[in-house]
Amino acid sequence: MKKQLATMALGALMAAGPAMADLVFPSLSYRTGPYAAGGIPFADGYADYFTLLNERDGGIGGVPAKVIECETGYNTEKGVECYESTKGEGALVYQPLSTGITYQLIPKTTADNIPMHTMGYGRTSAKNGDVFSHTFNYPANYWDGASGAINYLLEENGGDLSGKKIALVYHNSAYGKEPIRTLEELSAKHGFELVALPVDHPGQEQKSQWLQIRRDRPDFVLMWGWGVMNQVAVQEAANIRFPMENFIGIWWSGAEHDVMPAGDAANGYKALTFHNVGSDYPLYDDLQKYVIDAGKAAGAGDQVGTVLYNRGLYAAMLAAEAAKKAQEISGKADITSGDMRDGMEALEMTEEKMAELGLPNFGPTFSVSCDNHGGDALVGVTQWDAASKTWTLISEFKPTDGDVIGPLVADDSAAYAAENNIASRCN
Amino acid sequence: MPDQLIFAMEVFLNGLMAGVLYALVALGFVLIYKASGIFNYAQGVMALFAAMTLVGIMNGQVPFAHLINAIFGTHVHYFGWNVPALVAIVLTMGVMVLLAWCVQRFVMRHLVGQEPIILFMATIGLAYFLEGVADLMWGSEIKTLDVGLPQGINLWIDESTFNIFGYGFFIDNLDIVATVIAALLVAALVAFSQYTKQGRAMRAVADDHQAALSVGISLNFIWVMVWSVAGFVALVAGIMWGTKSGVQFSLSLIALKALPVLMLGGFTSIPGAIVGGLIIGVGEKLFEFAVGPLVGGATENWFAYVLALIFLVFRPQGLFGEKIIERV
Repeated sequence: MKKQLATMALGALMAAGPAMADLVFPSLSYRTGPYAAGGIPFADGYADYFTLLNERDGGIGGVPAKVIECETGYNTEKGVECYESTKGEGALVYQPLSTGITYQLIPKTTADNIPMHTMGYGRTSAKNGDVFSHTFNYPANYWDGASGAINYLLEENGGDLSGKKIALVYHNSAYGKEPIRTLEELSAKHGFELVALPVDHPGQEQKSQWLQIRRDRPDFVLMWGWGVMNQVAVQEAANIRFPMENFIGIWWSGAEHDVMPAGDAANGYKALTFHNVGSDYPLYDDLQKYVIDAGKAAGAGDQVGTVLYNRGLYAAMLAAEAAKKAQEISGKADITSGDMRDGMEALEMTEEKMAELGLPNFGPTFSVSCDNHGGDALVGVTQWDAASKTWTLISEFKPTDGDVIGPLVADDSAAYAAENNIASRCN
Repeated sequence: MPDQLIFAMEVFLNGLMAGVLYALVALGFVLIYKASGIFNYAQGVMALFAAMTLVGIMNGQVPFAHLINAIFGTHVHYFGWNVPALVAIVLTMGVMVLLAWCVQRFVMRHLVGQEPIILFMATIGLAYFLEGVADLMWGSEIKTLDVGLPQGINLWIDESTFNIFGYGFFIDNLDIVATVIAALLVAALVAFSQYTKQGRAMRAVADDHQAALSVGISLNFIWVMVWSVAGFVALVAGIMWGTKSGVQFSLSLIALKALPVLMLGGFTSIPGAIVGGLIIGVGEKLFEFAVGPLVGGATENWFAYVLALIFLVFRPQGLFGEKIIERV
């Protein structure tokens, strides 16, 4: 009897736990709540890429990938709960999809030896891998975004922004305030005037900010928005007839649903990006064949090729490539989270590699190292065409101002290292 | 005239318009509180639910499509037709009446005689339930709402003010429409409560439930009617706010804008909701204009509550609220 019970208990344990061979990629998603419109396509893209690898290639290096989804509702407390409840499942890497959750998880992931990838969000100074050993924010961060926007405007204005006025409309939160310091430095360097206009959460009412823009007549408006703030800002800009081609949003303000409610009036609006747009890539043919037509898509299949779906897919592709690198370094297919961290730190994305994967020119080329967890900081610009309802990449991925961003990253990470007594590990 | 004064006038006018939009949300709260003494936490979610239902009907969306597809393995999402805005509004109103009946039949009827805090807690539960149902029914993507309302700068006002002040005022056409609709809505509500049998019955219930029952007024009917009217107000608010920002879950947060209006105007007065909305709208906009730049901006959310608190200290029942006199 005892033997039978012990066998049953062991069986139950095996059934409850993951198969040892699975490579586990938790997805801290938000498919419900006020920000679900942004969370759903990302989560779909992330899951569909791993489904494709499983169905077409039999997984990564012969080991099936397993996505464990946990709903955070874009809520920091729930995000931490999700981390705690999934880390024991053999999690290889976390994508918290929220700056708030990222800040909470930086010390936890470091202590648990699990890497975290915060692509285009999170703590910007985590670029300094010498201090933030388990946090990666390649291929670009918010400060790269700020510099990328200014570089683009410099390019459009013959290299001279002196005497110009640039307004920053930002979400009045830690996220929205991220670019201010960088923009202030760039303002001093290039001689433009910066006017910062905060918008309180959730951003449904922005009349005051746009009346001020109408009065002050800035030459350009930059936006660090999220959720309903984006749609309202684009509509208000259209209402005051601000030239859309002079209005540039960060990559979290540049999805289809941010511009669609304003209709034709949103035509010409621009947004920064660190990955390409659309679905005209060989990989999407495989995606259609092995995932969508096979009825194995994470969602309804209606998000494929949208900006945030592509971002989720890109994040999954980078995670899979890091896992391959980890398998190569460790010499084993069944890698641990520690191996994964090493793989991420040795990741190199070349154009040849992306073309091989069926995603030519889908993202910037970059490499990661011990002291550079942020990649090569290349930023592109997209523009919305309201008639065809499509985004187009109008400026290739170009370098940002390392001379300005580098010292800011060094200062902020040094302060974090001092607060947390972190010793240098890369020299 | 100094530029700052001209700008302040423009801000003042825009504050009035914003106040009307806040008042539209506050009206729904007042109607239910006045008739049943319930502070309906779900009013913001009702606006969201109404707007989502309207867009869903207009676009010919299959309700509960994800659920149906998951259960039956189908791939249905749209019926393949579009419904004209006016017809869709009428159909949506039908859904809101059905919702009112369900709320009354399955929630409120079982809580008659309970403490107000219990009823309030029930509406919190209702809010989250309704949010989940709306998500399941229509999906959580952002939807474009276009019922033909004009948007953008009013050129006549722009040109007229430019001729007078040398600076053209910005007034949004949508805000002007909202003001007209709000005025009509208030006039209709006042006429309904003063001159119709059902309206008088509603006021009798608001005054004294027991007395109303004793003269043969059906409490159930009145409450279904009141929740239906509040549903209609929610639909109007949902259309106005949804046209501005697209229909999405943040729409439920517009209730936050109604709270200071209610604190200021009183929970029991329809004119109070309007005047309260105007004072909050103008107050927060002028404060942001005058003081915002000195303190880093983004003052509107907190200043609206400060303004309401100041009124609350000196007049707890609100500007137009009924003074409660308890006899010992």
